[in-house]
Amino acid sequence: MKILVCISSVPDTTAKINFTPDNKEFVSAGVTFILNPYDEIALSKAVDLATANNGTVTVINVGDPSTDAVIRKALAIGATDAVRINAIPRDSFFVAKQIADYAKKNSFDMILCGRESSDHNGSSVPVMIAELLEIPCILFAKSLTIDGTTATLDSEIEGGKEVITTSMPFVAGASEGMAEWKIPNMRGIMSARTKPLTVVEPIEVAQKVKLVSYEKPILRSAVKMIAVDDASKLFDIIREEKKII
Amino acid sequence: MSVLVYIENAEGTFRKSAFEAISYASAIAAKLGKPLVALSIGNVSNDELAKAGQYGATKVLNASGDKLNSPNTQAYSSVIAAAAKAENSEVIVLSASFAGKTIAPRVSIKLDAGLAENVVSIPEMDGAFTVKKGSFSGKAYSIIEMLAGVKVISMMPNSYKVVPNAQSAQLTAFDFTSDAKDFTATVKERVKAGNTISLPEAELVVSAGRGMKGPENWGMIEELAKTLGAATACSKPVSDAGWRPHSEHVGQTGIAISPNLYIAVGISGAIQHLAGVSSSKVIVVVNKDPEAPFFKAADYGIVGDAFEVVPKLIEAAKAFKASHN
Repeated sequence: MKILVCISSVPDTTAKINFTPDNKEFVSAGVTFILNPYDEIALSKAVDLATANNGTVTVINVGDPSTDAVIRKALAIGATDAVRINAIPRDSFFVAKQIADYAKKNSFDMILCGRESSDHNGSSVPVMIAELLEIPCILFAKSLTIDGTTATLDSEIEGGKEVITTSMPFVAGASEGMAEWKIPNMRGIMSARTKPLTVVEPIEVAQKVKLVSYEKPILRSAVKMIAVDDASKLFDIIREEKKII
Repeated sequence: MSVLVYIENAEGTFRKSAFEAISYASAIAAKLGKPLVALSIGNVSNDELAKAGQYGATKVLNASGDKLNSPNTQAYSSVIAAAAKAENSEVIVLSASFAGKTIAPRVSIKLDAGLAENVVSIPEMDGAFTVKKGSFSGKAYSIIEMLAGVKVISMMPNSYKVVPNAQSAQLTAFDFTSDAKDFTATVKERVKAGNTISLPEAELVVSAGRGMKGPENWGMIEELAKTLGAATACSKPVSDAGWRPHSEHVGQTGIAISPNLYIAVGISGAIQHLAGVSSSKVIVVVNKDPEAPFFKAADYGIVGDAFEVVPKLIEAAKAFKASHN
């Protein structure tokens, strides 16, 4: 069983998000970068499946050398080897094209991703990879079991879930619940240093969208405190002042 | 040239987000001076299809047939791309629902189009075509210029109001040729969760955290939600502890929501939680700790014990509903 896991390096979930004064760039100074939390779920599941099925897990990242620390973390969690496409991830189509190109040349039984990255939140890369490879994508997968050549996945939908079956290969986006997060042990951390990390140069991709600038949400006006004894007036106050109910 | 909007149904009834998407696409079509075509896929009655004309569509395409009765994002993507080609559409709009997020990227590749996800407002179209989309899990927005001739936009649910705009809509069957590779994955079963109101689409949300002390105390949260007609949600520690299902977890690693009203009970307001709910229009925080950071991000705050405040809110909600319905 050959599994490809797509990972990205994102600002720590507790990080304050700041931009340059012209709002054109994210200020990364002082920010710790981590393995995207959803990708970590996908990786944990892949490691479990590979362990149970005598398989391998390759992690792939599109990034410059600064993402190597996050790649080594993935190797410490249990990936077999790693590939870094040596490019700044310009947009989701660019990233998907790089990964699909690599996956075409090295066939995999499944490609696992996080359902979204916590920086751009598009949820597009997994679906685009699947489209480029002409295979199914289950984007909001809460569980994944393999029986022979058939995969069964629970996929989140509004107000419930769908149970989906598919043959391999397929792409799945990992949601909470698919696997428990794994904490790397000392042996994993030691072995990660010597596991193979191959650097591949990117292919050319036409640009279809361009980031112009960032914006911060408008701050709320000061909180209005309501005494417990006046709690019964809450909905009338909201109706009167905000006109939303 | 035209604007195409995909309108999603749940078991034959259009979702609220479908009407938001038509209203949103209608505003784009009006700005561009182009007709708006709505596309429905699956088994939907003519009466239901006619509703699309009430929000600005002048033409309603209906793609149906045995193969399309069961939701299949891969096959639906092929149908939407085929309709966009047939209608010569330059802008294609979908709701960023679970299905919409799984469809929009495929459509963008089939049409060699640009894609913008989770868009929160009407695009700027004088000169460069730019959109504003959510990013950094609710902590910021990105302004994106769409360079390709064809643009696919998924709009964030609850980010645009449903605007009635009745047109005499022409209802047309849309024939498509199915491709076997689109049917590799199949939906075996759809399972409904206990909560009847879908969290991502909900206009009102009642959410609770560790301040509730244990899962056995959620009855009052559910009662408040039911009285208001709200969906229930929870914080990460609560779903991690198994008190509530993961599908209710809102926040940075859960789902991001933007309801009209978000009531948070016994949630301190960690930055990861705020990220997922900060685009709520009005936030009410109930917490017994006056120093809880969530109060700084709220519109209304009540300092008090959940077990004392929530029953008062239930009574207030009942009285409010009785006088305003």
